[in-house]
Amino acid sequence: MKKAMSMEHLDAIEEIKKANLFGRGGAAYPTGIKWEQAYAIQKGPKYMVCNADEGEPGTFKDKHILSEDPFELIEGMTIGAYIMGAKEGYIYIRGEYAAIQKIVKSAIENAKKAGYLGKNILGREGFDFELKVVSGAGAYVCGENTALVESIEGKTGRPRQKPPYIKNCGLYQMPTILNNVETYSCIPWIIKDGGEKFSSMGTEFSGGTKLMCLSGNVNNRGVYEIPFGITLRELIYNLGGGIKDGRKLKFVHLGGSSGSCFPESMIDTKICYYDLKKAGFSLGSGAVLVVDDTHCVVDYLKTVMEFFEEESCGKCTPCREGNHRLVEILDKMTEGTATMDDFNKMKSLAQTMKTTSFCGLGQSAPMPLITLVKYFEEEFLEHINGKCRTGVCSMSGKAGK
Amino acid sequence: MEKVKEILNRYGNSKDNLIQVMLELQNISGTNSLPHEWVVFVAEALDMPVSRVYSVITFYSMFGTEPRGKYLVEVCKSGPCHVSGAKNVLQLLEEKLGLKPGETTEDGVFTLIQSSCFGACDIAPAIKIGEKVYGNLTSEKLSEIVDSYREGQHNR
Ligand code: SF4
Ligand code: FES
Repeated sequence: MKKAMSMEHLDAIEEIKKANLFGRGGAAYPTGIKWEQAYAIQKGPKYMVCNADEGEPGTFKDKHILSEDPFELIEGMTIGAYIMGAKEGYIYIRGEYAAIQKIVKSAIENAKKAGYLGKNILGREGFDFELKVVSGAGAYVCGENTALVESIEGKTGRPRQKPPYIKNCGLYQMPTILNNVETYSCIPWIIKDGGEKFSSMGTEFSGGTKLMCLSGNVNNRGVYEIPFGITLRELIYNLGGGIKDGRKLKFVHLGGSSGSCFPESMIDTKICYYDLKKAGFSLGSGAVLVVDDTHCVVDYLKTVMEFFEEESCGKCTPCREGNHRLVEILDKMTEGTATMDDFNKMKSLAQTMKTTSFCGLGQSAPMPLITLVKYFEEEFLEHINGKCRTGVCSMSGKAGK
Repeated sequence: MEKVKEILNRYGNSKDNLIQVMLELQNISGTNSLPHEWVVFVAEALDMPVSRVYSVITFYSMFGTEPRGKYLVEVCKSGPCHVSGAKNVLQLLEEKLGLKPGETTEDGVFTLIQSSCFGACDIAPAIKIGEKVYGNLTSEKLSEIVDSYREGQHNR
């Protein structure tokens, strides 16, 4: 913080650019460029906002930072406020983290008492920054930046039309700098040690370290901080201790429920935004769900699509109706009553949703479907023929015939 | 209504605070829900149509408009919990409480619901009761947890 206050604003932003820091929430936009653009906007007041909605299933890394090192986040936001000249900031924490909201609130109080927040921060005349915790109330879509801003304003959390972008016209129609918890928490390190040092910890294309959330049928579940560049296999087998009960890995669901699913043959891909993109995947929030061979891909997919059916905000038709229909078809599949026609309908519907949905939720909801069908088509076809190889699906429909 | 006024006073009558006010009101309601009279009262205080207030609170899954149990027992059913046995947990709780998802025990103590991921996937399968999260659940552990709430020992 002290160092940031001794730097020229643009030099500080330059360090962040050099750091090769990409947004850690899921969209992976380069943070330095985002800040540079926001800095250039000549309108005010500007707001600092932190997305701590962490609703992506399989993601629990921000929880870790919020409860164990909230000062890291507060410092990152305050440095941002210093650079941008923002006077107010909001940390939007999901309602399900009620216990954690209390921890962050008390951290803010303590920072204020110590002169790191509030008026004349660290004795600097005119450097004022107030930070407030705002609670969500159970809506996955509020992780979408424009919906989150609507929700802070006390409204229904439905996404806004873009453009205008948040950086121009965000909270209360004012320029808003909005980042994920993990992204803000990288800022103090970058300022302290320099962008190059931070960048050198990762790969050429992804600077720094990443918090990965390992869950599912793996021995050591939890949050791991890894340098970019190690492979998924290393994460799952070395750090994670391999698959539970000596079973076989069936597939990995990467990046949360809206991410891709792929089989063991692809887990030698490096954890790096560029390498993953080349393989057709996205790192998303950093969630790695490991699924073993006792599970059925159709049954699993049904669970995932039920999640999206529930969380769709209902604003646009492809997502509101699409998810509902997909669940219907998957229901039939798990009962053994789906036809080839249903299967084709499901595939084309997924494409329609991907291309025509209004926001990221609807656009990415069919990703697990598209990738599971790509790598496990055989199992879908088996279900149409009334067979579930794992025995998870009841197939009661077929038997009843 | 005194309590409602007190909370409204604390937040002021800015519309921005609607969600925060409602969360607190639900917390003190004793029925884990927002009674219609309270909704009307808040709508008037914030100078909003009642229908607008309902459109907001019914959008968010944490709000209830019908009375619910003192303790909401939420069983996560998202992917990571699903592959770690969430279905068994739900079944055990259904038996233990004699409820189907969405139902409330006759004494008004428990309401069983299914929920989306609440970030406890590292200890899946997980449930949440009020603000407390319990994970790595087994049949015995579940029984103990439910009993501790019945006997009011859960805060020890
Ligand atoms: S894609 Fe889904 S979540 Fe996004 S606006 Fe449309 S209905 Fe709402
Ligand atoms: S999937 Fe159940 S808590 Fe995350």
